[in-house]
Amino acid sequence: MKPAPFDYVRPGSLDDALAALSGDPGAKVLAGGQSLVPLLSMRLAAPSTLVDINGLPGLDSVEVTDDGVRVGALARHADVLAHDEAARVQPLLRLALSHVAHATIRNRGTTVGSIVHADAAAEMPVVLRLLGGSVDVAGPGGARTVPADELYVGPLESSLAHDEIATSAFFPALAPGARVAFAEIARRHGDYALVGAAALVDGDTVRVGFVSVNDVPTVVDLTGVATEDLGDAALAQLDPTDDIHATAAYRAQLVRVLTARVVREATTDE
Amino acid sequence: MSESLLDVRLSVNGVLHELRLPARRLLSDALRHDLCLTGTHVGCEHGVCGACTVLADGRPVRACLMFAVSAVGLELTTVEGLADDDGTLSNVQQAFVECHGLQCGFCTPGFLTTITAGLRENPQPTHEEARDMIAGNLCRCTGYQNIVKAVERAAELGAQQEVEGS
Ligand SMILES: Cc1cc2nc3c(=O)[nH]c(=O)nc-3n(C[C@H](O)[C@H](O)[C@H](O)COP(=O)(O)OP(=O)(O)OC[C@H]3O[C@@H](n4cnc5c(N)ncnc54)[C@H](O)[C@@H]3O)c2cc1C
Ligand code: FES
Ligand code: FES
Repeated sequence: MKPAPFDYVRPGSLDDALAALSGDPGAKVLAGGQSLVPLLSMRLAAPSTLVDINGLPGLDSVEVTDDGVRVGALARHADVLAHDEAARVQPLLRLALSHVAHATIRNRGTTVGSIVHADAAAEMPVVLRLLGGSVDVAGPGGARTVPADELYVGPLESSLAHDEIATSAFFPALAPGARVAFAEIARRHGDYALVGAAALVDGDTVRVGFVSVNDVPTVVDLTGVATEDLGDAALAQLDPTDDIHATAAYRAQLVRVLTARVVREATTDE
Repeated sequence: MSESLLDVRLSVNGVLHELRLPARRLLSDALRHDLCLTGTHVGCEHGVCGACTVLADGRPVRACLMFAVSAVGLELTTVEGLADDDGTLSNVQQAFVECHGLQCGFCTPGFLTTITAGLRENPQPTHEEARDMIAGNLCRCTGYQNIVKAVERAAELGAQQEVEGS
């Protein structure tokens, strides 16, 4: 349970960080380390260089405008969760973040790190896709913006190149009259979800995002589906599988229950 | 092949330490092996159990999920830094004694640091909030009931001191 040796750099500028990444094809970014360090300790990953971005200036901000919330690469889950203005402009952030790990992990783990880590069992990639957000990325060729729908290409795989750094994620504001809801079932509060569901209801449009069901963060459109058919309509577009935590049949049942629950919550007044 | 070493300055419980460490040294190992501060325990070594929890600038973090080299500039507090200099137990420690909040004690350092920070943020937690405060820490012995009681007792001790102090 000890990482293999690696070279370590802690650049003081984005340019130096990008240079360090392009200088070594085996280099990897270290942000909060809450996903990467366990992978290193278990030797599931053995990068030759770690580029620690925690010393980069100006990346720890959470900026809120009427258009939405821009979360810098070094903003910790805890900072975003505690941000009242962010919760006002886009309530789904706080609803979902309170389910991301335990408070201690949230103190160190970054929201942007979670988004580019691209774990289908993580809440925030699904939230970003459901809301139609994007990630700003810096690379050797300059900066680009990647829409959430183009971010997830496979299990634990984002479309970022190895020598790119995500500098921020943008979550659009909740449109006037639109509503959101979030629910998940986990063995213990703070554990990864067995299944999680996030709903966005805007006028007639009903969309639901699913955590821990498919092997990539997945959103399905349930516009026009009758209330009693919601769960089965969602399952028709999903592919729940067995793992050590739950059987596929149990996951399917959780999809039925949670889909109905989040859509009801986002459409009816309690 | 010998591994290259880096200069690392760690500030732990108010004392500055200068070390030469390989980059891959986990903070938990640096505390235990290099600084002989063995109060910080290592259970799972992948972030799940909470035994290694220390405070970084007052916030609880997993020492097994940080490299010592990344801890530069952070003020670290371990369980050794919770009692007063004269050995007087902190409120949280005192409450654990009174409520039998520990059995084997392996998990205890992580609970003490987590609760210390938790009560600073929320000095008067409800029963639910007290349970939530310790949700990220595992204990194989106590069944948690007495640990929840200890959170509530520590809050009570804090409130008493507020009254006496003012
Ligand atoms: C016990 C435990 C429970 C957890 N439970 C949950 C949970 O329920 N839900 C959940 O969503 N997460 C959970 N997590 C993971 C946590 O949310 C992580 O913080 C997050 O997944 C990764 O963020 P990080 O900053 O720690 O990234 P790191 O671990 O530093 O990096 C993760 C990956 O992303 C890359 N990366 C990070 N930042 C950037 C960047 N800016 N640009 C390019 N690449 C980058 C790294 O190279 C690495 O490959 C849990 C973790 C633990 C240890
Ligand atoms: S040893 Fe760090 S969380 Fe278990
Ligand atoms: S007292 Fe033994 S593990 Fe908690």
